[in-house]
Amino acid sequence: MSFLEMENVSVTLGDTAVLEKISMRVEEGEFVSILGPSGAGKSTLFRLLTGGLPLQGGRISFGGEPLAARKNGFAFMPQRDALMPWRRIIDNLTLGLEVQGTRRREARAKVMPLLADFGLEGFADHYPAQLSGGMRQRAALLRTVVLGRPMQLLDEPFGALDALTRIQMQRWFEARWQKARWTSLLVTHDIREAVALSDRIYVLSPRPARVIAEFAVPIPRPRLVEAPGAQAHAIESELLETLLQQTREHP
Amino acid sequence: MLPAPSRVVDQIVQNRALLWANTIPTVKATCAGFALSLSVSFGLSVALDFMPRLRRALFPIFVVSQTLPLVAIAPLVVLWFGFDLTPKILIVALVTFFPMLVALVDGYEATDREIEDLMRSMGASRLQVFRSARLPSAMPYFFAGLRISITYAVVAAIFAEYVGARAGLGIVILNAKNSFRPDLVLAAVVISSLLTLCLFGCTALLQRVVLGWRDVEGHR
Repeated sequence: MSFLEMENVSVTLGDTAVLEKISMRVEEGEFVSILGPSGAGKSTLFRLLTGGLPLQGGRISFGGEPLAARKNGFAFMPQRDALMPWRRIIDNLTLGLEVQGTRRREARAKVMPLLADFGLEGFADHYPAQLSGGMRQRAALLRTVVLGRPMQLLDEPFGALDALTRIQMQRWFEARWQKARWTSLLVTHDIREAVALSDRIYVLSPRPARVIAEFAVPIPRPRLVEAPGAQAHAIESELLETLLQQTREHP
Repeated sequence: MLPAPSRVVDQIVQNRALLWANTIPTVKATCAGFALSLSVSFGLSVALDFMPRLRRALFPIFVVSQTLPLVAIAPLVVLWFGFDLTPKILIVALVTFFPMLVALVDGYEATDREIEDLMRSMGASRLQVFRSARLPSAMPYFFAGLRISITYAVVAAIFAEYVGARAGLGIVILNAKNSFRPDLVLAAVVISSLLTLCLFGCTALLQRVVLGWRDVEGHR
C-alpha cells in the first residue's frame, strides 16, 4: 500500500464541481508533482489534505490509515512565504513547534543548528522584511521542515520569485532534497520545475479537475546542475502538449 | 476681546496653583475613562471576533451610541451618577471606545489568509490563531484608532466637567467665562492642549515599542 492514496476524491464547492474522481498515490520518499492550469483546484486538494475541507466523496488513506485518523501528518508550505512580519526569523521558524506546545527555548535550540544548512545563519534576529525573496522562501521551507511531519505539501513554493532567484532556489532545493528525501507533493504550473524535481507527475484538467495523465520522470539526479538534457526536453514537450490540448478542448 | 498670547502665558504663570490643582482631576478622569474604554473595546472586539453573529447584532447599537448628542447625554449622566469621578469616566469612555473598537475588529479581519491557513495546517486552535496571527495583525490598525481616540479623551473629560463637577479644567473654564476672563479661559485651553499632546506622545512611544518591527529597513 502506498504512503498516501487518494481514490475517486470529489469536491463540490457551492455549485461548482472542483475535483472530479481524483485518484493518485505517493510512495514514501517519493517526490510527486501535480501539474495543471491555474484555478484547476490544486489548492483545494491541499486544503482537503490539511483538514481545511471535509472529505465529500471518495477515500484518502495516509500511512495505511484513513486520513481522518491521522492528525498532523502534513507540513504545508504556502504559495507566498506567509512569514509573520512582526516576528523575527527565529520566531517565525519556531511557530509550528510552539503551536504544538514545545517551549520556546527548546524550539529555538531545535531550529538554531539548521539555520546554516538553509543559508540563514546570522539572520535569526532579522525581520522577514530585511531578507531577500530567496531567503524568505528558504525560511518558509525550514519552518515546514522543522515540524518533522511525515510528508511535505508544497503549494507553488517558488512561484512568487523572480526568474533567476527561482532557478537558484530550485537548485538549492534539489540538493537539499537529495540529502533528506522528504516525501513531497508539489503543486505547480511550471512544467520545467515539475520535470526537474519530480519522480512522477500527475497532470490535471481544467475545472472540474480530473487526472488526465501520469508521467514518470526516470532522469538521474542531480538534474539542475547542468542544462536539461534531451530526455528532460522530451518529457517537457510531451507535458506541454497534454496541457495545451486540454485548454484547446476547454478554451 | 482677544487677549494677547503674552497675556495668556502671564495668566498661566500667575494662576499656576489654581491650574495645577484643577488639572489633576481632569487627568484622573481622562486616564480612568480611557483605561475603561480601552478594556471595554478590547474585550468587546475579542468577543465579536469569536462570535460573528454577535457582531452583526451588536454593531448597530454601537453606531447608535455614537450618534447620541453629547450635550444631551452628559447632563443626564451627571444626574444619574453625581458630581464625582464616575460620570466623567463614563463620558470619556463613551466618546473614545468606538474608534478603537472599529480599528480592532477591522484589524482582525485584515489578517493574511495564508498565515491563518498555515497555522491551521500546523494544528493551531482558534485561540492560537487569534493570539499569534489575528491579534498582532490588528496592532497597526489598533494604533490608528488609539491615536484618534486619545485626542478626544481630554476634550470629553473637560466637557463632562463643564456640565457638572467640583473641580477640573472644565470648571476653571466655566468660572472664567462667567467672570468675563477670556485670558484665563485660554490659559486653561492651553493646558488642556498640552495634556492632549502629552497623551498623544505617550501613544506614539508605545507604538514604537509594540510596532518596532515596522521601523526596520524594508517597511516603507
